[in-house]
Amino acid sequence: MALALINVPAQAKRGEVIEIKTLIAHEMETGYRRNQLGVALPRDIIQLFVCTYNGAEIFRAQLYPAIAANPFISFSTVATESGTLEFHWTGDKGYSVVQSAKISVV
Amino acid sequence: MRRRIFLFAAGGLALGAGSLKPGSARAEESMQAAIAKVVGKAKISEGKVTLTVPSLVENGNTVPLAVSVESPMSAAEHVKAIHIFNEKNPQPNVASFQLGPRAGRASIATRVRLADSQTLIAIAQMSDGTFWSASADVVVTLAACLEVI
Repeated sequence: MALALINVPAQAKRGEVIEIKTLIAHEMETGYRRNQLGVALPRDIIQLFVCTYNGAEIFRAQLYPAIAANPFISFSTVATESGTLEFHWTGDKGYSVVQSAKISVV
Repeated sequence: MRRRIFLFAAGGLALGAGSLKPGSARAEESMQAAIAKVVGKAKISEGKVTLTVPSLVENGNTVPLAVSVESPMSAAEHVKAIHIFNEKNPQPNVASFQLGPRAGRASIATRVRLADSQTLIAIAQMSDGTFWSASADVVVTLAACLEVI
């Protein structure tokens, strides 16, 4: 599934601050909207985003309905060593997606 | 005794008049409550934080928002968290980001929904326990959350 877009530089110098951008396809239904029959649509959002770098957590975000659909999150980290960055999105209705990206540090 | 009754009545009137004022005073209070939940009794100082949002947006459904905080981001002195709050959405919280010295630079970006023209506040929690904030006013022409599908 081309569900998530992740932008991590493939190569970085040791100690360099790199910018990571993530975008994931998700409606982020707020729970405050109603359909034409006046029935409230249940909330369905991503609540938590976590990024780990070789297993160690480097960034975490709690999201609320005020985050736009298809949540875009950008943050930065120090390139310390070659390895894998893992991105976890978890949310309502048992939503859970994991993606990873490789980085080589020279 | 009579005077006391009168004072009571006057107080009630004043309260009533207060709630008739335009704008959602209740949402504002809940923003204060949400901030208090995060900050506790600590003092929030203005500065160090830069909150970037367009001052006029056409569509409240996706509003680009960026926050950066002045900090050396060392093990001893770094930003622990960045919290974003709004005034008039149904819920005062927008997002909370936890970072650490490994972030290298305290700057994040995302896209938010805004239900009305309002003030946004970004609060940074430092490793030394201090809180810094920045706020920005946004005018929204087309509000989010209101449309019927």
